[in-house]
Amino acid sequence: MASQPAIELKNITKRFGKVVANKNVNLTVNRGEILSILGENGSGKTTLMNMISGIYFPDEGSIYVNGEEVVIASPKDAFTYNIGMIHQHFKLVDVFSAAENIVLGIKDGKYNLKKSTERIKQISEQYGFEIDPEKKIYTMSVSEKQTVEIIKVLYRGADILILDEPTAVLTPQETSKLFNILRRMRDDGKSIIIITHKLHEVLSLSDKVAVLRKGEYVGTVNTAETNEAELTEMMVGKKVDLNIFRSEPCSDEVRLSVKGITCVDRQGTVVLDDISFDVKAGEILGIAGIAGSGQRELLEAVAGLQKLNSGEITYNNPNTGNADNLRDKTPMQIRNLGVRLSFVPEDRLGMGLVGNMDIVDNMMLRSYSKGKTVFLERTGPRYLALKIINDLEVVTPGASTPVRRLSGGNVQKVLVGREIASSPTVLMVAYPVRGLDINSSYLIYNLLNEQKEKGVAVIFVGEDLDVLIELCDRIMVIGSGKITGTVDARTTTKEEIGLLMTKSDYKGEMNNG
Amino acid sequence: MIVQFICRAILLSIPLLYGSTGEIITEKSGHLNLGIPGIMYVGAISGVTGAFLYEQACGNDIAKMNMILAILIPFLFAVTGSVLVGLLYSFLTVTLRANQNVTGLAITTLGVGLGNFLGGSLIKLIDTDMSSISLGKTSKFFKMQLPFADDLGWFGDIFLSHDFLTYLAIIIAVAASIILSRTRVGLNLRSVGENPATADAAGINVIKYRYLATCIGAGVAGLGGLQYIMAYADGSWSNDAFGDRGWMAIALVIFALWKPSMAIIGSFLFGALCNANNYITGLGTETQELFKMLPYVVTIIVLIITSMRKKREHQPPENLGLNYFREER
Repeated sequence: MASQPAIELKNITKRFGKVVANKNVNLTVNRGEILSILGENGSGKTTLMNMISGIYFPDEGSIYVNGEEVVIASPKDAFTYNIGMIHQHFKLVDVFSAAENIVLGIKDGKYNLKKSTERIKQISEQYGFEIDPEKKIYTMSVSEKQTVEIIKVLYRGADILILDEPTAVLTPQETSKLFNILRRMRDDGKSIIIITHKLHEVLSLSDKVAVLRKGEYVGTVNTAETNEAELTEMMVGKKVDLNIFRSEPCSDEVRLSVKGITCVDRQGTVVLDDISFDVKAGEILGIAGIAGSGQRELLEAVAGLQKLNSGEITYNNPNTGNADNLRDKTPMQIRNLGVRLSFVPEDRLGMGLVGNMDIVDNMMLRSYSKGKTVFLERTGPRYLALKIINDLEVVTPGASTPVRRLSGGNVQKVLVGREIASSPTVLMVAYPVRGLDINSSYLIYNLLNEQKEKGVAVIFVGEDLDVLIELCDRIMVIGSGKITGTVDARTTTKEEIGLLMTKSDYKGEMNNG
Repeated sequence: MIVQFICRAILLSIPLLYGSTGEIITEKSGHLNLGIPGIMYVGAISGVTGAFLYEQACGNDIAKMNMILAILIPFLFAVTGSVLVGLLYSFLTVTLRANQNVTGLAITTLGVGLGNFLGGSLIKLIDTDMSSISLGKTSKFFKMQLPFADDLGWFGDIFLSHDFLTYLAIIIAVAASIILSRTRVGLNLRSVGENPATADAAGINVIKYRYLATCIGAGVAGLGGLQYIMAYADGSWSNDAFGDRGWMAIALVIFALWKPSMAIIGSFLFGALCNANNYITGLGTETQELFKMLPYVVTIIVLIITSMRKKREHQPPENLGLNYFREER
């Protein structure tokens, strides 16, 4: 059973208009094996997987399942061949319960939610999931939603599971739990394909690694016979320095001082609870925490986008030497002081960029009021757009392509590049490398470091704890809207931060119950 | 008098109930069909045309008319007419992915225009001086009540004295409610309206569901037009008489929180408000006009209140008004 191929791809090619997303890709996954797919942004990993799961149809090439050539023209066909995909953006109906989502689209037998719930519980026990089938999706955490997605494909009897960046939104603890489940599935004879950017995950989890570069298939290696450096080289096509150069903080001047801010949202939940901290000029303050613990609200509060119930935010203006209270100011005034927010939400386009506008026009969103005549000033933004495309290696047909058409990582580069280009004094970035490949991630880290050296106070909300530890000077951990601890990034460990993150979560649950 | 008031309210409410049930079925698939007023209009004129042709064929002699045919012909005409318009809407929005709001408004304009054109043509055909067509004979068949309804006093009047289309409206609303919440078809339909990409990935034929829901919804709404002509207006058609009932039906959808069972209560309430002015004594002409305004005021208040509601289950389908294209990125 060990070396029997479950799925094979031969010479798969897919084009979107002029863009070639995949070119002559060959892949083999055996039964009882975990294959990682590595590749930079826009290298066509997701497109490739979408072809296996029937969302897209390949222009050329053939797919074999269990040695037989098959045509997968729709997601339905994929189910028939027992292929299940867990998408990066969950495909769940928010107002449905877990069980309703799991049985959605299944045709055999009578519609009987009770019976289905029994089977869901049975599957959960077999693989070690923890789930309440009656819980509504919109009340679930990201990790719970992912569990629902995985059970959904198992419920359909999938033998080949495809996971698209499953760990991007999980805590270290949740990730290791997920990996244990995946290993258990592998031992059960299932084939698993996992897309990820995190090299240490690739090395710890998978049996084989396939690498794509700009839509082309580079090769497959056995995980046991490779290392981080070799994989990176295959992926990028050149050697990449995997170290973040961290300089010492350059001054002791407090740029931004937040005192006791509390914020209650429309539902009456306390999203920020008595948060106080200082950010110095020329340091990077990292913020760690489980997604949705109040990171977004905190940054928005500083940017003037969030109504506060109490507390104050003081900004020490380096130009005038005055201490301004940001709570009295409009978001526009705060922006003009040099406080910049670059928030990369899950859907990437939600805040900051307009999908249907091109890169130049998106640059102009920040500069439209600067012109001196009645007409828009376009040369500056155009120059900036070209500079960002060049410096950050944005893959795009040109500066006049609508941002919506770029792949996720490239959209992010445009957003982060624009905010950094405005020479801020306080720069807040949230998840700037979400879903970015290694090369571009390091580009962004270096940009942030440059800003820090210029004396900018940088607030960095991140997901990857390894990066937080390497990049930041101090790391503040928040959980359920409270600060659960602030640690020195130079001496802390991943476990310590992880513990602070989950400790607060546990407390939060106690309070609610 | 209160019995009379309730009966009248029910009579007025049924076109609204048909319209809103039809629109709920449509909206659950993610299609905001603003063409419903036009579709109800087309349903009405199609029914009128069917009845007109049959009455002419029988030489306007009620003795020659067969009860089953007299009901069935206008009924099928109304359903066919409105489904065809629903099909046009679906083709434009699902297949050609035209903007739903624009298409819906165009369909309403088209439906009203078509209704007035056909109505005017029929009036010309019988060569009268009147500005309306009377189909009293067909209407009699539609308005037949249960024989024992009169013997049961107020109970019979309120619950048993109505035309069959009234009961059908309630049956359809209850059935739609059960199908939406208790069956696999309902689950699939709701998922298509909430998140078509998810439904598609789950192997549900989004296009089929959207076409069917829109066309079935249109057919149901069209019956509202027929009921208005045959039961409320005693079989007489005159141009523009149907008024803006279609828009009230759409407002009712929001009032009912996208639940057909709630639409039954809501439409009754609207029906009651519509004719409250006739049952309050001592009103001057000017105050009467103010009372006639009530349903519209309530519609606005309802819109305000519902927009303040926060519960996720009470929100419109998430993808309402958005067309779906699988390979969009």
